[in-house]
Amino acid sequence: MSERLILAIETSCDETAAAIIRNGSEIVSNVVSSQIESQKRFGGVVPEIASRHHVEQITIVIEEALAKANMQPSDLDAVAVTEGPGLVGALLIGINAAKAFAFANGLPIVGVHHIAGHIYANALVQEMQFPLLALVVSGGHTELVLMREHGSFEVIGETRDDAAGEAYDKVARVLNMPYPGGPHIDRMAHEATAAVEFPRAWLEDSYDFSFSGLKSAVINYKHNMDQRGEEIIPEQVAKGFQDSVVEVLTTKTLRAAKEFNVKQVIAAGGVSANKGLRTSLEEVFEKEGIEFTVPPLKFCTDNAAMIGAAATYMYDAGVRGNLAMNGLPGKELTSWSK
Amino acid sequence: MIWLGIETSNSPLSIAIVKDGQVLAEIVQNNKLTHSVTAMPTIEEVFKKAKLNPSDIDAIAVAQGPGSYTGIRIGVTIAKTLAWTMKKPLVGISSLKTLAANVKIFNGLICPIFDARRQNVYAGVYKGKELETVLEDQHLSLEDLLMEIKKQDEPVVFIGLDVDKFKEDIIAQLGNQANFAPYSYQLPRAGSMIELAEKEQLLSVNEVHTFVPKYHRIAQAEATWIKEQKKGHE
Repeated sequence: MSERLILAIETSCDETAAAIIRNGSEIVSNVVSSQIESQKRFGGVVPEIASRHHVEQITIVIEEALAKANMQPSDLDAVAVTEGPGLVGALLIGINAAKAFAFANGLPIVGVHHIAGHIYANALVQEMQFPLLALVVSGGHTELVLMREHGSFEVIGETRDDAAGEAYDKVARVLNMPYPGGPHIDRMAHEATAAVEFPRAWLEDSYDFSFSGLKSAVINYKHNMDQRGEEIIPEQVAKGFQDSVVEVLTTKTLRAAKEFNVKQVIAAGGVSANKGLRTSLEEVFEKEGIEFTVPPLKFCTDNAAMIGAAATYMYDAGVRGNLAMNGLPGKELTSWSK
Repeated sequence: MIWLGIETSNSPLSIAIVKDGQVLAEIVQNNKLTHSVTAMPTIEEVFKKAKLNPSDIDAIAVAQGPGSYTGIRIGVTIAKTLAWTMKKPLVGISSLKTLAANVKIFNGLICPIFDARRQNVYAGVYKGKELETVLEDQHLSLEDLLMEIKKQDEPVVFIGLDVDKFKEDIIAQLGNQANFAPYSYQLPRAGSMIELAEKEQLLSVNEVHTFVPKYHRIAQAEATWIKEQKKGHE
């Protein structure tokens, strides 16, 4: 197939990002402008603040992606943008910038599902092998997705309450760690020699997840200790919490991988940057002889390179958006169709 | 000189192309559809009606606020992206002044109003054919606005789709001083906005990057945060 160059834009949460991807796998440029420093003040992402930052950053980030690639708009074949899910006001900035850019430069536009993007971050590392199982874990998502071929998605399990990343952030707050709390919990868990025992929500016979009970157990533990005037050991709480999350995620992913006889398991999303989770998944799948991949750290968190990777496969399949495309905050992950 | 004008700051949408002081095509609608869906297709349509291509334009004017946060951001995002990628200058115009332009032949004060909820408004007061500023655009209580206008002791015309909500209060405060624009004048027109933009300085391409909406109000979370910081210092 001839060369395809795609400009991708991602603004679904608190990163303003643009990237240029060649042939679905080669990163020509990748720019991410993070709002973490600003959002830290509020202990989480405030949607209105996120939208305001996106408007400030959007053309700067796109221009930088083009400049780093040493390219002009006329070099591109298409523009891709995250359509959803995400914060609606945030999505709208990327979508309207993408539509305006596409209109001005006479380019086709492709709307990408954010989770498809996270999964396709792996295509930036190596070719995907089907059937494939993806464990998507982030601040907003905890899903097991089965793919039988490119563009085919079956969500076989998902969280019934909190996303794993959400639970991490809440537990971090209980332990007085700053936002975003996930990396702190991961680090503290590794420093601990012992762990406080917390429950595991197995939800037997289902690939679904639940983390709200675990979160409550951590809060109750802290509360009880406070009432008794005893000090908690934050590292041991962090380890107990992380052990529970990692064991449930690993066990369910392994069971699904065996049941569907997959050739490859991939981890995707912000929480897949977690060292505890990575190590656990690597160990079990090495033992099982099933190929396991996880994208490099910088492609685990939100970025536009992954959107460009997914968009290239969609573009090849003939999927096209139009100037009436809207932000879809609750967009479901469905298989691609023209 | 060919201008593209984009106005999405509240529920109405208006897009226009003006060439050398003539409106070639203008769309004004108030069908409550989301600007995120309708703005770009309407821009495409206006180009078609004017028989022009995107690259034919020389400058872009956009309503910069105040108004609906999301609405202004959609217009500003589209305008700055078009201006940047086509290397065209950009001008931001007050959404309130754009509306005031509809009745600039009124002999007296012109007060465009947008509802900002809880008896607060975004408003400005303008005067005369040149729309000179009497009261800068701002977020204030309706009560304070009416007090300011009363002091002026001049006839005033109120304009805007939200004026109806405040009509009783306005009449109670201002009586005969107050006039109300007929409904066919209540929608902002991108053509009038371009007419205002022609008198303004054009922003360079570099300034386009830092062009942002004029919300006239900080975000709630930020206001709360600032209050907490102040408390912490006391």
